Amino acid sequence: MGAQRMNTSTNPEVMPASAYLSGNQSRASSGRMLNNALIITRREVRDSLRDWRIMGPIIILTLLFPLLAQFVAGQFSTFLQGFGAEVIGGRTIPFLLMIVGFFPISISLVIALETFVGEKERRSLEPLLSTPLSNTELYVGKTLSAILPPLVASFIGMSIYLFGLFNSVETAWRPPAALVIQIFLLTTVQGLVMITGAVVVSSQTTSTRAANLLASFIIIPITMLIWIESAIMFLAPDAESPNGIGSLWAIIIGMGVVVALLLRVGNSIFNREELLGRTLDKIDIKGFFRGVWSRVLAVDDQGTKASNIFVWYRRSIPLSLRNLGFAVPITTLFFILAVVGGYIFGMIGSYQLRLPEGLSLQDAAQYVDAGLLFTGNAVFEVLMQNWRILALATLFGVFTFGSMAFVLTPTVYFIIGYLASQLLLSGYSPTFLIPALLTHGIIEIPVIIIATAAALKLGAVVTRPPRGKTVGQAWSAAFSDTVKLWLGILLPGLLLAAIIEVYITPAVVAAFLSAP
Amino acid sequence: MIEAHELTKDFDGFRAVDTVTLDVPAGSVLAVLGPNGAGKTTTVRMLTSILQPTSGWAKVAGYDVATHPEAVRANVGVLTEQHGLYERMKAIEYLDFFGQVYHLPASVRRQRAYELMERFGLTFALSKQLGEYSKGMKQKLALVRAMLHDPPVLLLDEPTSAMDPQSAKLVRDAIIELQRDKRTFLITTHNLAEAQVLADRIAIIRGGRIIANGRFEELARQFVGEPIVELKVQGELNGLVHDIEDLVQVEESGINWLRYRVAEPSITNPILVRRLVELGVELIALSPTTQTLEDIYLQVVKEDEMNGGAAHEHLH
Repeated sequence: MGAQRMNTSTNPEVMPASAYLSGNQSRASSGRMLNNALIITRREVRDSLRDWRIMGPIIILTLLFPLLAQFVAGQFSTFLQGFGAEVIGGRTIPFLLMIVGFFPISISLVIALETFVGEKERRSLEPLLSTPLSNTELYVGKTLSAILPPLVASFIGMSIYLFGLFNSVETAWRPPAALVIQIFLLTTVQGLVMITGAVVVSSQTTSTRAANLLASFIIIPITMLIWIESAIMFLAPDAESPNGIGSLWAIIIGMGVVVALLLRVGNSIFNREELLGRTLDKIDIKGFFRGVWSRVLAVDDQGTKASNIFVWYRRSIPLSLRNLGFAVPITTLFFILAVVGGYIFGMIGSYQLRLPEGLSLQDAAQYVDAGLLFTGNAVFEVLMQNWRILALATLFGVFTFGSMAFVLTPTVYFIIGYLASQLLLSGYSPTFLIPALLTHGIIEIPVIIIATAAALKLGAVVTRPPRGKTVGQAWSAAFSDTVKLWLGILLPGLLLAAIIEVYITPAVVAAFLSAP
Repeated sequence: MIEAHELTKDFDGFRAVDTVTLDVPAGSVLAVLGPNGAGKTTTVRMLTSILQPTSGWAKVAGYDVATHPEAVRANVGVLTEQHGLYERMKAIEYLDFFGQVYHLPASVRRQRAYELMERFGLTFALSKQLGEYSKGMKQKLALVRAMLHDPPVLLLDEPTSAMDPQSAKLVRDAIIELQRDKRTFLITTHNLAEAQVLADRIAIIRGGRIIANGRFEELARQFVGEPIVELKVQGELNGLVHDIEDLVQVEESGINWLRYRVAEPSITNPILVRRLVELGVELIALSPTTQTLEDIYLQVVKEDEMNGGAAHEHLH
């Protein structure tokens, strides 16, 4: 044994190192990426299949629960028939189908946490990280391994339930095919949301215990979603439409977008540096805010503190504006599209307001000039209203990877476009909107654009942190920029715009309207 | 084969590795010694392209660790600090899995797995679940995994820890044999005797910095001085120390023995023996005392401590 000499010659059949050269250029095609990912998937699935803690619940939920649900559906239908409420019994059928599918898929969360954090905890991740597999291959391989067994189990469970249902004499009601497809799709996207969410959760922890605690951030929203979907199935007016329920399609598409964004976040987070660099589950709120504050005061990326407020405005604020990058032109474009969209929407017959015709705008001027539009502490109210909208846009942006930052603020511009179209259609010139909006809008519009762009950046930065920065570092830097812009530009800008809007704009509009 | 220039790694204000410079030519073994938390594992992780250096650069098997991470990892075999095996797998499945990851054809995977398992005396356990393996067996299997794709560079973290003496010798023999075949090794270890046997060069790392780096003889000369020879005579010394002080520098002495430091033993010792004969001293023994890597290591660490270099540097 010991005397035997090893064959140490380099094997020509082994893939040459040059095949791995230069990441992006000669990185394998997506086909090779998937092949490599599937090596991981096969191993992980085999591992899951050998774990009775995973397989036990899956088998029980897959084989027994559909039969139980089918029995319940039959009994419920028979019971409700006695009260002439067949429709309720009928609508319980798709609801139970969704639940039958959801139970096995919920196991995917356990597998994902086990696959990612469990492996970190058992220290078996490092040998895998030492192989030539790319971060994406590892991530895709592991994600697939977490989703496939529960998803297959879920589909089997739902098929058993449907098979029983279609062969049942107790339940006459049959769900439309489109609704069945919707429920299969909902189950799939819900599973994917849980898995991709679990990756994000697991990357932030070093123990299964901590990950399980954090998993409530996934379980609670998904449970609420199931409630909403159930209510929709019972109450939707198009519940029996052959095209499926419209709002469920919207949920499927919305969840699809969330999956895409979470996949992107997961792919950014699932990298060797993050996985091995993070070794402690430590909360350092004080340290975090100290870091944010020092970046707020900094005039450069090295953290040089501004010597006075003039230097801060001259160097620090432009730095943060530059950091917003493409977010500013994207937001501006979105606002322009919102105005145009509002205008086009207003031109559609069924959405037109039909304003009274023949009114004198000159008469209206006296009301404007009399200050009827603003009473009491108007400046404060205008300021608070604008602040609330921008703060909400920022909050939405943070929790939706930036996408919902575009829900609130462009709505105002959509309405402006819509109003302009209605004025035109009723024979009025919408030109008075220009002084009405631009007098204070010269300040307010850039402020809103910057606030929305900052919200977009703050939410979206986690999906693609700059090279060399972790997700946490990138978010913390974007948060510092947001705080700085709020302090330096947004709050003062909003205050100034509110003062102009209350004291100057009405006079300008009145003058414009009363002009011959 | 392994080159690193001022390699540095910071973690959240903490400098784990500080301007480490290394050069390990093909076919040689570098032993990296140092206390726990000295930065050995972080250095290995950077050389494996698992962690990105904060500054500095490194090339492994000709590939830059920052720009060609996948090519680097294809060319290194790594034995990690924690062997981290998949306990529900059988050994043959485990090796087959890693063989697939390295794109070894099925026949080559099987052949390499059998060869290496036989080499390390694990053939009997090929179909055993890894959960049933002993600590030493797991360590050997992890080593087999590192060697499976026949890499030109091997980075081994404590390769013989948890092994019985016989298994440890098997591993040492394997390293020596692979070294003869021009494989390059970087070994981190606390086992100084093993490092002395295996290493062509030794680097001592402390507080993230390399505080000593060189061949054993160079380090011995630099840190513990010239070799010491022990002389033992029949009866008492009776002023012998004084009689030979023009030839050698006596370090210490007893009733019938003395130890002296000598720069060129092959020149000085024959002259000394002639002098003893002339003086009528009956010589019992003249033998060099052994300098060990432990002596060097302790001296290096002591000097570094005296220079205040122990504390990890915190960034500002």
